[in-house]
Amino acid sequence: MTARDNERSIQVVPNMLWFEDFPVGETVRFGDKEVTEDEIVAFARDFDPQPHHLDHDAGKDSILGGLSASGWHTCSMVMRMMCDAFMLETASLGSPGIAELKWVRPVRPGDRLHVIRTTRSARRSGSRPEMGIVEIGYDVRRQDDATVLTMEATHLFGCRPETEPSQ
Amino acid sequence: MTEDAPIRLGDHTITRQEILDFAREFDPQPFHVDEGAAGKTHFGGLCASGWHTAALWMRYMVRYRGGRKQSPQAGVSPGFRDLKWLKPVYPDDTLTFYTRKTGERESRHPGTRLVTMENWADNQNGERVFSFQGAVFITDDGQTGDQSPSNATSV
Repeated sequence: MTARDNERSIQVVPNMLWFEDFPVGETVRFGDKEVTEDEIVAFARDFDPQPHHLDHDAGKDSILGGLSASGWHTCSMVMRMMCDAFMLETASLGSPGIAELKWVRPVRPGDRLHVIRTTRSARRSGSRPEMGIVEIGYDVRRQDDATVLTMEATHLFGCRPETEPSQ
Repeated sequence: MTEDAPIRLGDHTITRQEILDFAREFDPQPFHVDEGAAGKTHFGGLCASGWHTAALWMRYMVRYRGGRKQSPQAGVSPGFRDLKWLKPVYPDDTLTFYTRKTGERESRHPGTRLVTMENWADNQNGERVFSFQGAVFITDDGQTGDQSPSNATSV
């Protein structure tokens, strides 16, 4: 495959971001997500029905010290913030995984989350030259700037075709 | 040192509707929400958000712990390492979720220890689609953290 094949496999949108648009060291702030109790409880009922994600009193007795979101819910909210901020305009080819993720502090009802992303590394794939591998560190913070989650993620992004595909 | 045996947490056949519902809320990339667009990508068709697969693993982990009341000190995780989305998860795939304890050590939280485990999901063809190295706080009495109601209140 060549970069031109990305014209066929990637849904091109205006002002598309490609592999080349994630320079190493770049830091970008994005997202503004207010977390509601209803959302916390709804996600927990579906996927993580432990008492500290469902119930105020049980949360108080846990090492989390109060009702708090499932860690997987926070991950999912971060994914949504990523989509809204840049991923839907990026030649995203998915992710092979997360090297490390820390749930640093509990996320509680009423918290407002934002994210700071920093590009750690970027290289073209050896086996698939139309694709680049970008490692990005994410620092997810709440309204008082305290970090609630950190994550080192790997992304696969399409490389910019020699001629920009028509939109 | 003897290795702990894998525990089979449960099976889940994922539907197209489930994939769409999760992705529309949390991960609306074309290959998770748009059948037509997904067919043109290297995924070859609509596939589940990786976070959906992870959340389903959690559902079966909690279900495996079962009706036993859990100590309020247990069940919280500080994070994970080496999470891998190895293969796409497609509609009607049947995933089998597993966990295997890999270690146990002191925790900075009083009354708890930290258990590390390897967690994964295989599809109906026996292919590994998802894995990660997890960790969870347990009570420090050497139990799993899944306490009987009487024990739970004594912690």
